[in-house]
Amino acid sequence: MEKYKMHILICGGTGCRASASEAIQNNLQDALKAKGLEEEVQVVMTGCFGFCEKGPIVKILPDNTFYIEVKPEDAEEIIEEHIIKGRKVMRLLYTDPEKKEVVSDSKHMGFYKKQIRIALRNCGFINPENINEYIATDGYAALGKCLTEMTPQAVIDEIKESGLRGRGGGGFPTGLKWEFASKNEADQKYVVCNADEGDPGAFMDRSILEGDPHSVLEAMAICGYTMGADKGLIYIRAEYPLAIERLKVAIKQAREYGLLGKDIMGSGFNFDVEMRYGAGAFVCGEETALIHSMEGLRGEPTVKPPFPAESGYNGKPTNVNNVETFANVPVIINKGAKWFKKIGTEKSTGTKVFALAGKINNVGLIEVPMGTTLREVIYEIGGGIKDGKKFKAVQTGGPSGGCLTEKHLDTPIDFDNLLAVGSMMGSGGMIVMDEDDCMVSVAKFYLDFTVEESCGKCTPCRVGNKRLYELLDKITEGKGTKEDLDLLRNLSTVIKDTSLCGLGQTSPNPVLSTIENFYDEYIAHVEEHKCPSGQCKALMQYVIDPELCVGCTLCARNCPVDCIAGDRKEAHIIDTAKCIKCGACMEKCKFNAISIQ
Amino acid sequence: MAKVKSLADLKKIKEELHAKMDLREKSNDPDAQVQIKVGMATCGIASGAKEVMEFLIEATAKRGINSIVTQTGCMGYCYAEPTIEVTMPGKEPVVFGDVDLKKADEVIEKYIKQGELVDGIIPVNYKTIDNN
Ligand SMILES: Cc1cc2nc3c(=O)[nH]c(=O)nc-3n(C[C@H](O)[C@H](O)[C@H](O)COP(=O)(O)O)c2cc1C
Ligand code: SF4
Ligand code: SF4
Ligand code: SF4
Ligand code: FES
Ligand code: FES
Repeated sequence: MEKYKMHILICGGTGCRASASEAIQNNLQDALKAKGLEEEVQVVMTGCFGFCEKGPIVKILPDNTFYIEVKPEDAEEIIEEHIIKGRKVMRLLYTDPEKKEVVSDSKHMGFYKKQIRIALRNCGFINPENINEYIATDGYAALGKCLTEMTPQAVIDEIKESGLRGRGGGGFPTGLKWEFASKNEADQKYVVCNADEGDPGAFMDRSILEGDPHSVLEAMAICGYTMGADKGLIYIRAEYPLAIERLKVAIKQAREYGLLGKDIMGSGFNFDVEMRYGAGAFVCGEETALIHSMEGLRGEPTVKPPFPAESGYNGKPTNVNNVETFANVPVIINKGAKWFKKIGTEKSTGTKVFALAGKINNVGLIEVPMGTTLREVIYEIGGGIKDGKKFKAVQTGGPSGGCLTEKHLDTPIDFDNLLAVGSMMGSGGMIVMDEDDCMVSVAKFYLDFTVEESCGKCTPCRVGNKRLYELLDKITEGKGTKEDLDLLRNLSTVIKDTSLCGLGQTSPNPVLSTIENFYDEYIAHVEEHKCPSGQCKALMQYVIDPELCVGCTLCARNCPVDCIAGDRKEAHIIDTAKCIKCGACMEKCKFNAISIQ
Repeated sequence: MAKVKSLADLKKIKEELHAKMDLREKSNDPDAQVQIKVGMATCGIASGAKEVMEFLIEATAKRGINSIVTQTGCMGYCYAEPTIEVTMPGKEPVVFGDVDLKKADEVIEKYIKQGELVDGIIPVNYKTIDNN
């Protein structure tokens, strides 16, 4: 057997693959062969490292060297310098944005220091297309332990004891859900994995499926064992081709090894998994809509009860869990509920994966213990606000969540704390905003999304959200009034109270939380007709400062609508009624005479 | 590949595969490992550093020592090649010169296992970028 002295891990996540990780892999392998080192250095393509912004990522072990923004042409230098001569390629190392120091190994990067990786344990660590690497890192040991040494009830008790709560947004205790499903007698039951992931900007579940598909398969089998289901279904959106491909490979390999199929590990337990594809509607992530969609019906939510645990897919007891929820399960079985409970807070145990985005230095995928504060996430892991700008708000929970401000930064993140301050955990989107972001526009952005995605079944959600959007639009156009703010509030309450499913029940949250936390900004829009952050186009005006203008005429010659007047060597003036706010004049002026007000 | 017919089967497969993943798992926690760097520049390789490195990898694994063995560039002691640098968890690095297989064995047995010093230590008077 080959004994590798060094491993080169290349990120094969969607982000990095888009920028040529396959070519990098080929070039590295060619360079190794040219030097006769292919027996000594193993090249592995893994899942996402979470640092997608700076991808493609290449990591060298055992010294943990973390190379960023690697190009296929860099392969030869990496082999020649690092692998052969033992000298790191300095220009490919990461530079700390605050300290301006080069950080040569991932252990010392602020981005990774505060992270604890449970659900993402194997992402960026194993080759997701090789079941052997999963088995070598304790894979399928939890399933083996459950089938061989534990009764279904003992497994349920362990999960209950761990305090694991659903990571799909609701935060419902997973063990309890499994228990309900196990108590309902039926000739056929189903385990469903919800991989719909419809929040804008979210890619937590995709990364887990791409980086560690077996962990989800293993957990689904464990769940099947507890409730007496022999069939698993993964509902995944068709826009996730790489995740689908890796899942297919994983299912095939697990079947070949007998880890899916009949009589798994000689226990008499049968379990197999199939894939179901969604067309990418947000509402299809709601569990009843998801089940209807799998049945070939319209993806519309229906009233609960009956809960899926009683009557789900094909009217049979069905347990639906999120991808990340499942990914935690094998670790809980292997390490024990006691170990898991020590991480996180009392009522929200374990970790949570977030997709960190927006105006932040380290955009990427992170996993932190529950109870980590927003400040730690934004400043220590996220590396602070981009370009030295000022922090303004952080949005959690996607279209169902709210915008939190400076005063919430020390809130420890968990299910209950976020709800208490008017936002929610959601599935893990986290978008950071700076002083240039207009909060009315942010609310409008989310409402635009919900209006598109509402299934239309309930009038308050179908029509109400549209009206909310129109009111917000009116305000950003500078035509809003103070009464509109009351209208927004009232309408929001009605929509929340009268909608059938979680979509409508939470869609006004971005509106309510921004009115609550950024009231002044709304007032500025409706009373002074100004957008303090200068984002609302209708409310900005280009003006020429007569003191600074030298009358060079450059702006006038570049204005597409000819709305700048003025004689040569005289101060120019913009006709604001005709100006289309294209900004061309400001860009051209060499004397900084044009500004936005 | 054989089917996994029992938990014992799974454990057996895992044992067999573990050696391959061992290096990756260790690098998750480098500070708890004995870190050994072998000078592998031209002069080092010429004087047998490659064999020494292979020996160190195998011997530490066999003797149950948690270690990470890596190669490094020229350490600047061509006169004393092959050289190795050993960093015990929480301690300063120590460099040994003229390391042949016999000396490597001695370093493992005496210095790494028992903390005794061995002849041939070269005073460390440099800092590489890795010693941060
Ligand atoms: C509009 C809407 C969209 C949802 N989208 C998702 C989703 O994309 N993924 C997901 O796991 N759960 C989603 N959920 C939550 C599911 O209904 C369900 O609660 C979840 O899959 C249960 O799994 P968990 O207990 O493991 O979180 C959504 C809910 C609503 C109301
Ligand atoms: S609340 Fe909205 S998305 Fe949910 S069922 Fe009603 S109309 Fe459809
Ligand atoms: S380009 Fe600037 S300086 Fe020249 S006329 Fe326009 S505003 Fe005045
Ligand atoms: S912003 Fe555009 S339209 Fe308005 S004055 Fe300048 S160039 Fe003309
Ligand atoms: S896709 Fe490569 S780091 Fe995320
Ligand atoms: S929307 Fe159905 S009763 Fe009002």
